[in-house]
Amino acid sequence: MSEVIGIGASPKRKEDARFVRGRGTYVADIKRPDMLVGAFLRSPHAHAYLKSVDVSDALAAPGVVAVYTGEDLKKDNVGGLPVGWGISGKDGNPMKEPPHPPIAVGKVRYVGDAVAFVVAETTDQAEAAAELIRVDYDVLPAVVGVVDALRAGAPAVYDDIEDNLCCDWDLGDAAAVEAAFREAAHVASVELVNNRLIGNPLEPRAAIGEYNFATGQYTLWTTSQFPHVVRLLMGEFVLHIPQHKLRVVAPDVGGGFGVKQFHYAEEAIVTWAAGKLGRPVKWVARRSEGFISDAHGRDHVTEAELAVDENGKFLAMRVKTLANMGAYLSTFGPNIPTNLYAPLLSGVYRIPAIYCEVKCVFTNTVPVDAYRGAGRPEATFVVERLVDLAAREMGIDKIDIRRRNMIPKEAYPYQTPVIVEYDSGDPMGCLDRAEELADVAGFEARRAEAAARGKFRGLGVSTYVEACGLAPSRLAIGLGARSGLYESATVRVHPSGAVTVLIGTHNHGQGHETTFAQIVSQQLGVPFQDIDIVFGDTDRVQHGLGTYGSRSLVVGGAALSRAGDKVILKGRKIAAHQLEASVDDIIFENGEFSVAGTDRKKTFKEIAGSAYVPGNYPLETLEPGLEEQAYYDPINFTYPGGAHFAEIEIDPDTGIVTLERYTAVDDVGTIINPMIVEGQLHGGIVQGIGQALFEHGVYDQSSGQLLSGSFMDYCMPRADNMPQIVLEPHSTPCAHTPMGVKGCGECGTIGSPAAVMSAVVDALKPLGVSHVDMPATPNHIWNIIRNSRAQIAAE
Amino acid sequence: MEIGFTLNGRHVEVSCKPSTLLSDLIREQLSLTGTHVGCDTSQCGACVVHLNGDSVKSCTVLAVAADDGEVRTVEGLCAVDGTLHPMQQAFHENHGLQCGFCTPGMLMSAIDLVKHIPDPTEAEIREWLEGNICRCTGYQNIVKSIIAGAAAMRTAS
Ligand code: FES
Ligand code: FES
Repeated sequence: MSEVIGIGASPKRKEDARFVRGRGTYVADIKRPDMLVGAFLRSPHAHAYLKSVDVSDALAAPGVVAVYTGEDLKKDNVGGLPVGWGISGKDGNPMKEPPHPPIAVGKVRYVGDAVAFVVAETTDQAEAAAELIRVDYDVLPAVVGVVDALRAGAPAVYDDIEDNLCCDWDLGDAAAVEAAFREAAHVASVELVNNRLIGNPLEPRAAIGEYNFATGQYTLWTTSQFPHVVRLLMGEFVLHIPQHKLRVVAPDVGGGFGVKQFHYAEEAIVTWAAGKLGRPVKWVARRSEGFISDAHGRDHVTEAELAVDENGKFLAMRVKTLANMGAYLSTFGPNIPTNLYAPLLSGVYRIPAIYCEVKCVFTNTVPVDAYRGAGRPEATFVVERLVDLAAREMGIDKIDIRRRNMIPKEAYPYQTPVIVEYDSGDPMGCLDRAEELADVAGFEARRAEAAARGKFRGLGVSTYVEACGLAPSRLAIGLGARSGLYESATVRVHPSGAVTVLIGTHNHGQGHETTFAQIVSQQLGVPFQDIDIVFGDTDRVQHGLGTYGSRSLVVGGAALSRAGDKVILKGRKIAAHQLEASVDDIIFENGEFSVAGTDRKKTFKEIAGSAYVPGNYPLETLEPGLEEQAYYDPINFTYPGGAHFAEIEIDPDTGIVTLERYTAVDDVGTIINPMIVEGQLHGGIVQGIGQALFEHGVYDQSSGQLLSGSFMDYCMPRADNMPQIVLEPHSTPCAHTPMGVKGCGECGTIGSPAAVMSAVVDALKPLGVSHVDMPATPNHIWNIIRNSRAQIAAE
Repeated sequence: MEIGFTLNGRHVEVSCKPSTLLSDLIREQLSLTGTHVGCDTSQCGACVVHLNGDSVKSCTVLAVAADDGEVRTVEGLCAVDGTLHPMQQAFHENHGLQCGFCTPGMLMSAIDLVKHIPDPTEAEIREWLEGNICRCTGYQNIVKSIIAGAAAMRTAS
C-alpha cells in the first residue's frame, strides 16, 4: 500500500501487525536486568486504626530484599497522591482534600488500602512474605453507601471531617428553577441509583521502577493512559524527582477506559523502591487485586424532577445527587460528578432553567473516579429517565415528547443554562434515522408476538449529548483544573520524506497509529505506510496530556494537523527558493509544491531531502531540517450526540433480560476512519449495556467487604449475551475543530444504559412498573415482577 | 522437575516446580509473552494456548502437564516469514481487536472452534467464546472475524 490513505478511508490498522502475532509489549511483558518483584499487603478491613505493622518475619523470609510501610515512605519525605482537579462548594470554600499517602499511615480506609510493600527476588517469595507481616488493626465501623455516610452519627472516614462531606457543590439558577416549577402543569420525578462500576480493562495494572545511580535517572514503566501527567504528578508532588531526571513509559496498554488515567500509588512506590534498592522493581496486579485497587466508577444516588407545561414542553429541571468519592480523592475524583455531570443535564433539549446540587461524599470504599463516559452517562441517565416518565405520566408518546423538546438543527450554536454552548448538532436527524433503522413502526407487532410466547417485550430510546475533547484550558482551569488540557504533536520528516509523528496522546486500543497516519498521509501526501506514530514515552515525546475524555483525535489530532501546517509552510519556503518564486506563489497540493499557474514543482520528498542536504537552500533565512511541533488548545468542548434504540425481552419465569436489537445513530462529526469509529461505538455500547444489565460493584453494608471482587462475582458482558448492533453515522461537523471531528470514544457508553433501561421499564409497563434501577439482573427483575404481581393481586 | 515438550514446533527442556503454571512457564521462563494473563479465576481466556491440539487456559494448567506434549502459543501461529495464519488475517481484516490484550486467547480459542465446527454459526461462535472476555470490542467484530477466519481455514485445508 504505497499510497496516500486519507480521511474517510478505512485502512486496516497498523497496530494489528504486532498484536495478532502476540508481539505487543505490555508492561507485564518487560523484564529489566537484575529485576526484583514486589507484592502488596492490603487491608482486609474497610476501616481500622493501624496500631502496629511488624515486618520482621517478612524481612527474614527467603528471597526478601526489603519491606516498606507507610511510615517508611513518610520518613523519606514521600508525598501524598495529588488531586488534579479541585472544586469549590456552594459557600465558596474549597473541597476537603485530605492527604492520600501511597501506603496507609495510621489508619486504613478501605478494603484494599495498601499496608506494606514487600520486595523480593521472585513473585512467590514476595507474596509468601507479605503473609508473614503482622498487623495489629483496631477495627472501626465502616460506611460504604453515600446515604449512610451522610447520616448523623455515621462512622467518620476522616477523624477531622465529621460529616464525611468532601464538597457541597451546585450549578445553575435555583430561583429560576423554583419559579418554573411553580408554573408547571406536571412534574415528573424520580429517585435513582447509578450503579458502581469496576472498569476492568483486560490488562491488569502493572509498573516497573528503575534507577540509575550513575546518572540519577529514574524510569517508570506503567500501564497508563497519560505518562506525561504521571511524570508531572509523581515527579513534582510525590517523589520530588526533577522532570528531566524522570522518564515515564507507557508502552502497549491493554485497555484503559479511564481506569488507567490516574496517578496510582503503586507507580510511585516501585519507583521510590527502585531508588532505594538500586535494582528495578516490578509489580503486576492480580485481577483480584485490581478489583480492590483500581479506581471505580459512577456510584450516585439521585433525586431529580422535571417541570413540564401542558403541551409537554420542558420548563425546568432540578437534580440532587450524592456522589461517592470513596475513601480518598483519586486524581480527577471530585471533577467527575460535578463539572463533567451537571453541565450535561440539558441533554439535547431546550430546558430553560436547570439547578443541580451535588454532594461529594467520603466512604470506606475504593476511590471513585472517571470510567468511560465519566459523569456524562450519569447525566444522560437522569435526563432520559425523567423524559420517559414525563411522557408516560402525561400520556404522550416517548419519542414524540423528545421531538417536541429537542434543540432544532437551526438553533445551533445553542447556549444551555449550565455553562456549555453546543456548537453543532442535529439530534432530530439522529432520532428520525434511528427510529427508522430500529423499525419502531413494527415494534407493536413484535411485542404482541412475544406476548404470545409469554414474554414481555420492551422498546427503549435514549438521546444524548456529551461534552468531550477535554478541554479548553482556560475554561477548565476556571473550573478547578490544576493543569492545562491542550495537546502537543511533532511531525518529524526524515530525509527520505518518511514521517515519524511524536504525539502526547496515548493509544491503548483506539487505533491512533492508523487514524493519525491517515491525517498526515492526506495532509502531506506521504504514503500511509511511510508514517509511524510514536507515543507513550516521555523521553521521546516532548509533552502531552494523554488520552481520556474522547480527546485524542479532537485535541491531539488538531495539534497534529497544526504541526503539519507548519511543515508545509517551511516546505513552501524551501520550494520558493528552489523554484525561484515568492513564498506566496507556492501552493502545496497532493504532495507537491508548485508555483501557482505553472508546471514548475518539487515533490514533498525532494523538499524533505533538500532540507537535510541544503545545497540549494535559503540558509541565510531558514534553518535546515524539517521537523515541527505544535500545541493545540481547544476553544470549546466538542459535543457528539445521538439517538439509540434498544429492544429487549424479559422471561417472567426467570427474570432474564435478553437484548434482541440495538440501533444507534451517532453524530461524531467528521469521521477519519469509519471502521475504527464503528469499533469504538461497539465497544462503548457494550460497556453501557454491561452497566444496564450485568455490572455492579457491591459492598457489604456492614463489613465494607467488596462482594463483587472477581470475574466470578462481577458480571462482565460476554459474547453470548450481546446482540448484533446496527450503527449508522449522522455527522454534523464540529464548528471549531480543525477537521470538524468531535470524538467517539465514549458515545456508546453514554447513550446505551438509558436506552436499555427505557426498554426494560417499557417491557414491565403492563405490571405498572415505572422505574428500574441498574443493573437489570435476573434476580432484580424477577423480584420486581413478583412484587408487582402481588401488588396487582392485592388491589 | 525437568520437563520437555514441543513448543511452537521446537523441542524445549526446562526445569520448573511442580506447582508452576503453564502460563508462568511460557511467559516468565520461556519469555513468550504473547500469552496473556488477565485474571486469577480462570475466567478471561487471555491465556488460552493449545496443548496437544486442544485449547486450554494455560493459567489453569500445571506446566508439568505439558511434559512430552505439544504446546502452541500465539507466537506459533504465523509462518517464519511472518505470514499470518488465516485466523490472524481475519482478525486484522475485520477489526477484531482493539487493545490486543484478549487477542491471543481469542485466536487460539477460535482456531480450536474451527477444528471442532468448521463452519460455525454466529450463535455457536458466541457460545464458544463464553470463556473469553474482551473489554474493548463488544465482540461484534470478533464474531465477524471468526466467521471469516473459519471460511479462510476451510479454503486453506
Ligand atoms: S488468565 Fe487464564 S483465564 Fe484469565
Ligand atoms: S481488544 Fe482489548 S480486551 Fe479485547
